[in-house]
Amino acid sequence: MNIVVCVKQIPDPADPGALDPETKTLKRDVKLILDESDSYGVEMALQLAGDEGTVSLVSMAPNSEVGGLRTALAMGAESAVLVSDDALKGSDALTTAKVLAAAIAKSSPDLVIAATESSDGYTGTVPEQIAALMDLPSVTFAKEIALDGGTAKVKRQTESGYDSVECPLPCLVSVTAGVVEPRYPSFKGIMAAKAKPVEEVTVADLGLDAGSVGWAGAGQEIVSIEDAPAREAGEVIEDEGDAHERIVAFLDELKVL
Amino acid sequence: MNRNVYFTDELQAIYDQTVTFVENEVVPHGALWEEAGKVPRDVLKRMGALGMFGLRIPESLGGVGLGAIASAAFAEGLGASTFGGFEATTLVHTDMASPHLVHSGDDDQLAEYLPGILTGETITAIAISEPDAGSDVAGVRTTAARDGDGWLINGAKTYITNGVYAELVIVAARTDHDNRYGLSMFLVDRDTEGFEVANKLDKTGWRCSDTAELTFTDCYVPDTKLLGTEHRGFYEVMKNFQNERLVLVCMGVGAAQRAIDMTLDYAQNRKAFGATLYDLGAIRQRLAMRQGELDAVRASMYHCAWLMEQGVDATKEVSGLKAFGAELVNQIMYDCVQFHGGMGYMTETAVERMSRDARILPIGGGATEVMLEEVAKRSYAS
Repeated sequence: MNIVVCVKQIPDPADPGALDPETKTLKRDVKLILDESDSYGVEMALQLAGDEGTVSLVSMAPNSEVGGLRTALAMGAESAVLVSDDALKGSDALTTAKVLAAAIAKSSPDLVIAATESSDGYTGTVPEQIAALMDLPSVTFAKEIALDGGTAKVKRQTESGYDSVECPLPCLVSVTAGVVEPRYPSFKGIMAAKAKPVEEVTVADLGLDAGSVGWAGAGQEIVSIEDAPAREAGEVIEDEGDAHERIVAFLDELKVL
Repeated sequence: MNRNVYFTDELQAIYDQTVTFVENEVVPHGALWEEAGKVPRDVLKRMGALGMFGLRIPESLGGVGLGAIASAAFAEGLGASTFGGFEATTLVHTDMASPHLVHSGDDDQLAEYLPGILTGETITAIAISEPDAGSDVAGVRTTAARDGDGWLINGAKTYITNGVYAELVIVAARTDHDNRYGLSMFLVDRDTEGFEVANKLDKTGWRCSDTAELTFTDCYVPDTKLLGTEHRGFYEVMKNFQNERLVLVCMGVGAAQRAIDMTLDYAQNRKAFGATLYDLGAIRQRLAMRQGELDAVRASMYHCAWLMEQGVDATKEVSGLKAFGAELVNQIMYDCVQFHGGMGYMTETAVERMSRDARILPIGGGATEVMLEEVAKRSYAS
C-alpha cells in the first residue's frame, strides 16, 4: 500500500504574522509548521499503512521550507516531495491543485489523503481539484477509512451521522479534523527525520510551464482584505432566580439545544 | 529560526515537542496529581514510549544519544508544565538517577535495567542525602559491609525524590571507614529484603512528586549490585552533579518564563485606578527587568551545557549558574505572586503553586551557599 499525504506548511497560528497589503495574501516569510489539519491525515495514513505499506508526503511551500515536513516525517512518514519555486508565488487553489497533482503522480499512489481544508487558506477545494485533475474518485469528510483489497471503505461524516461509502483504489480521500488522535513524534523519530529523504522539485521539474502558475496563472483575484471584526463583549446575566431559564433561552436562540 | 545558537533543528523540535506534551498531558491533570501525591505511572510510560527517558542514553543502548544541551532543552520544556513535582519526578529519573547506571554500570547491569528505564516500567531514584549529610556527600553514614559474596547495607536516607514508588534506588554507602571519600554505589531493587520506605514525606511544594525516607536494615545485595568501582562511589556521584544542577536551573527557568507570561497576561487585563496594572510603571518595569535577568540566565545555562558537552570542567560556571539562577527563579515567583495581588495567594492559581515549587531550587542539588563556595574557591588568583 503506497499512500501519499498532502501536507501544508503554514505560519504558526500562535504567531501568524500578517496579511501583505500589496499582494493581499498571507506573509509566508516566517518559519512554517505542519498544519494541524494535516496531522490527522498523516496519522490516518500511518495507521492504514501499518508495517507493510509506505507513507510519503507532498507539499508546496516557499523558501525551501521543510519544518512542517520534518514534523510529519518524525511522526513516521518515510519520505517527502517539496515543490518550492519563486514562480509559485500568488498561486490560487486550482494552480496549487495542479502542482500537487503533478507531484503526486510521480509516485503512482494507491491512496491519496488530504485534509478537508487548510487552517490558513480555508478554501476547502484543493483535494477535490487534485482528484479531478488526476481522474481519481474522491470521498470527502472522511471520519474513518478501512482498506479491503482494492477498495476503500469510508465512513463519511454528515450532519446527522455518517454515510458508508465504498470507493475503488486508487482514490483520494479528504479527512475531517479531530477524527483520530495524531501521535506525538518520538524523540527518536525527531532525530531520524533529519536523515529521511526530502526531494525538492521546481515547477519545471514537474513539467509545468512557469507562466501557468503563480500570479501569472491565477484564475482568481483577491480584490480586498479586511481585519476580522473585534469580538463583541458578551452578555452578563445577573442571577435573580431565573438565570437558568435565561441561559436556556439564550442557547435555544442559538439553536444549539 | 531556532531559539538559540546551540539548537539544531532537532533540538528545537525536541523542545517544542516537550512543551506540547506537557501543555496537553500535564497541565490539565496536574492538580489531581498534586492531591494524590504522585505522577500516574501510565503518564510516565507514555513519556517512555516517546523516547523522553532516553535522551542521554547512548544509541547503542537503545537511547537517543544526545548530550547536556538536549537535557537543558528538555528540562526547560518540562518547566512549562507549571507543576514542579512532575518536572522533578521526570528529571530525577532521566538526569539525576539513571545517569549513574549509564556512567558506571557493567554490561549485565545495563542489560538488566536499561530497557525498563527507557520505557518507564522501572523508575529510578538516587539515595545520597541523609539526616546528617545533604550537600556534604562525603558525610554519608549509611554503611555497606562485606558479607560473603555480597554486601549488607545499614542506615537511613531522607528527602529521596521518587523514593516511594521507584523500582530501582541507587544508594551511596560508606565502604571504607579509613577514607572520608570511601563510598560505594549500589543498585537496590524495590523488593529487596531489609529495604523499606519508612515514610512518605510531606512537602511545601513539588506535591505530586513522591519524596521518601528510606531505611536499610541488614539489607543484603549481591556483588552484582555494586555499581562502579568499590570505594570510588564519591567520585561516581560527583560525575553527574553538574548535570543535576544544570537541569534544576533549566526546569526553573522554564517555569519562571511561564510565570512571567501568566503575570503579563494578568497585568494587562486587570483594571485598577482607571487603567490596567501593566500601565503602572513600577509593575511593567519590574517585569521587564525580570525578563531581562531570566534571558541572561537562560543564555548562561545553554552555555554551561555547551561547556559540558565540550568535556571541560564547568564546575565553576555551573555552580554560579545554580546559585544565581535558582535565587532568580524565586525572586521572579515572588514578584509574580505579588502582581497577581490577592489572587496570587489563592491555591487555585498556578503562580501560588509555582512559588512553592520554586523554593526548593536554591536548596536541592547543592544549596546556594555551597554553590557559592564552589565558585569562590575556584576564584583565587593563581
